[in-house]
Amino acid sequence: MSNNKEEIRIGVYICHCGHNIAGAVDVVGVAEYAAKLPNVVISKDYKYMCSDPGQELIAADIKEYNLNRIVVTSCSPLLHEKTFREATTKAGLNQYFMQMVNIRENVSWVNENFDDATEKSKDLVRAAVQRVAFQRALEKQKVPVNPNVLIVGGGIAGISAALTMANAGKKVYLVEKESTIGGHMAIFDKTFPTLDCAACILTPKMSSVKNHPNITLWTYSEVSNVEGFVGNYKVQVTRKPRYVIEDLCVGCMLCVEKCIFKEGKFPDEFNQGLSKRKPVYVPFPQATPLVAVIDDKTCIHFKTGKCTQTCKTACDRNAIDFDQKPEIKEIEVGTVLLTTGFQAFDAKKVPYYGYGKYPNVFTSLEVERMVNASGPTEGHVLTREGKAPKSVGIIHCVGSRDEKTHKWCSRVCCMYSLKLAHLIKEHTGADVYNFYIDMRTPGKGYEEFYDKLLHEDVHFIRGRVSEVTDWITSPEEEGKLIIRAEDTMIGMVRRIPVDMVVLAVGMEPRDDAQEIRKMFNISCSTEGFFLERHPKLAPVNTFTDGVFIAGACQGPRDIPDSVAQAGAAAAEALVLIDSGHVELEPNTAYIVDEICSGCKSCLNICPYKAITFDLEKNKSSINVALCKGCGTCVAACPSSAIKQNLFEDVEIFSEIKGIFVE
Amino acid sequence: MQEEVKNNNIQTAKAWKPKILAIFCNWCTYTASDLAGVSRLKYPATTRVVRIMCSGRLDPQFILTAFSEGADAILIGGCHPGDCHYATGNYKCLRRFHLIQKYMKQMNIEPERLRLEWISASEGKRLAEVIGEMTETITKLGQSKIKQQVANIEK
Repeated sequence: MSNNKEEIRIGVYICHCGHNIAGAVDVVGVAEYAAKLPNVVISKDYKYMCSDPGQELIAADIKEYNLNRIVVTSCSPLLHEKTFREATTKAGLNQYFMQMVNIRENVSWVNENFDDATEKSKDLVRAAVQRVAFQRALEKQKVPVNPNVLIVGGGIAGISAALTMANAGKKVYLVEKESTIGGHMAIFDKTFPTLDCAACILTPKMSSVKNHPNITLWTYSEVSNVEGFVGNYKVQVTRKPRYVIEDLCVGCMLCVEKCIFKEGKFPDEFNQGLSKRKPVYVPFPQATPLVAVIDDKTCIHFKTGKCTQTCKTACDRNAIDFDQKPEIKEIEVGTVLLTTGFQAFDAKKVPYYGYGKYPNVFTSLEVERMVNASGPTEGHVLTREGKAPKSVGIIHCVGSRDEKTHKWCSRVCCMYSLKLAHLIKEHTGADVYNFYIDMRTPGKGYEEFYDKLLHEDVHFIRGRVSEVTDWITSPEEEGKLIIRAEDTMIGMVRRIPVDMVVLAVGMEPRDDAQEIRKMFNISCSTEGFFLERHPKLAPVNTFTDGVFIAGACQGPRDIPDSVAQAGAAAAEALVLIDSGHVELEPNTAYIVDEICSGCKSCLNICPYKAITFDLEKNKSSINVALCKGCGTCVAACPSSAIKQNLFEDVEIFSEIKGIFVE
Repeated sequence: MQEEVKNNNIQTAKAWKPKILAIFCNWCTYTASDLAGVSRLKYPATTRVVRIMCSGRLDPQFILTAFSEGADAILIGGCHPGDCHYATGNYKCLRRFHLIQKYMKQMNIEPERLRLEWISASEGKRLAEVIGEMTETITKLGQSKIKQQVANIEK
């Protein structure tokens, strides 16, 4: 506040941003207009304010003209507020004496009429000039950062990040929803384009996670509550009962063998339902931790209570405990990495491809399990009748690049379809047809892999498939599935009879992504993937400080990219941890004792219980450590006794008046 | 009568376009506004944005001040219910919105002049649509006379 009656000396800087602003707003006119506003000492326009010379221009003027307030009229404060605050600080002025005006995202990029846009820019500059006069010097709060980290999701991204952080000496809590880590990568047989065996490169990493002294691995667990702020999160993790005591079980499989069910009866999730499992099971031989789990929805004990509990008697380590209850763990961490991954598109949503209707229409994930030597068919690609197919059609872009389902390209399907084409050909010698829209193979060695397939006698038909049908028109088509597609290369519709159809399903946000998003207070982009702070410059950061994202939860991506992002997210978290403390915006609220009447209106309104009532003084008081600076109490106080730093009434009112009053 | 003619003349001399005060929360609607910009969506230059951290900071007096200073309309933007960055600030904003609506009715101010929209960070398109719609509505409704009326009272 200008209560010390200092003379307000404002410098206004209008950025051209190349043509970004100057092309749609009369920047020179705005600068000339600003120069005439009260308290403005100097007003300049410059090509790129955020560049070094631009920042130096401000610093030099602060000294030369003895400026004590700065208005930078350029892009969004969410992008460059930090830059200009730093420039202000460097010149020896408190950074909160700087106010930004957004005439790029809010004006030049969205408003087409040159005169209107210029008029609007002038209004906004005038508002900021009036506001900045009331701004006060403030200091950032420093709070220590808890060095522990929480990683949610144990797929390849979570595993990589966990190992990086743990190797850097940080305590890592890795929370996984399923009973084992590994995620989607554990399901795959081979990885493109090198055809590395997925298990061979993944399972050693899974064991490293299990054995790392710095990693606490909680599988079959979910985050149930999150409180706190950057550097200081309090997280509640619910460990679901697996009815097997993890510390006692050695994964000997005796319980599975002795289960009252002699054969598997329920769809095996890991094998995509291609095989059956018992109520007590280990998802796959390399599951980590290698601990059995009892599914209480199918186990007779839980359904009727009348089981002889043969599994329990079989276990010589007394590891089975039917009375296990959900266990709540409370942890404190400074940073959070979300690596929750994706889910495959449900092929039943495109009924014209016949998944669920024709038995020999498979999804790509089912075929991944089939070609896997430890899969349900021991590596044989078989139709539902148990025969090796003589011809196979792979349909690309199922649930991708489609107005009716998802508009985005899932980025991995072309490459994994090529991989599956190669593997199917290798396993069965069948004729393989790829139906694609465009072949998208950007990546190291990817195009070369495509080229290799072109020489492997795999057929490529360019065109979107219209339907898969069993409606035959000639005796040769008897017993086959017909793929109807336009071949845009020859300009005609073709019918290809095949024994097996593989649908290359795309990637989509997980059903529970919204829940997780809300819990960690981050945003999603339109399609439902987690939103990064900046698509290019902050791809693993979120708008919530201390929460980072990596892998397919942020958008479709393959294994190399997920691992790279996991590394980036881990590095970002390490920067926070190793700097030891974070600086918080001082936009907290405070109470002016002399004005507070003790009416208690504010007490119940604070979502963080930061306001308490001092009975002795008969006044409310705010605990700054708990206040997050929303300003709700400020607006609720009937006596205007509560103020919010950076957003004081006088600042906002002067800004509003500045917009309208010339 | 004469005064009306005079007013009309002034309006045609400098074609009147609505001025809408937009009060956006930092986390959802302001970010959506940035997104609209980055996506180069187009909407009329009728809004003037004031950023607050949370729509819960909305003081009813912001609205009344804006009207009496010459705002033709006010658009408030916050996070969707359940999505508030500060847990429940948007609900408090909603309560105050209802209060102001009542007051506006008593003061005979057209309800169209105040609008509350939940616009998330990903809804840049929605933001552009709302501003487009609102500009159209207010253009039809005409210039707000509140500033003039307040000035008359003060005289």
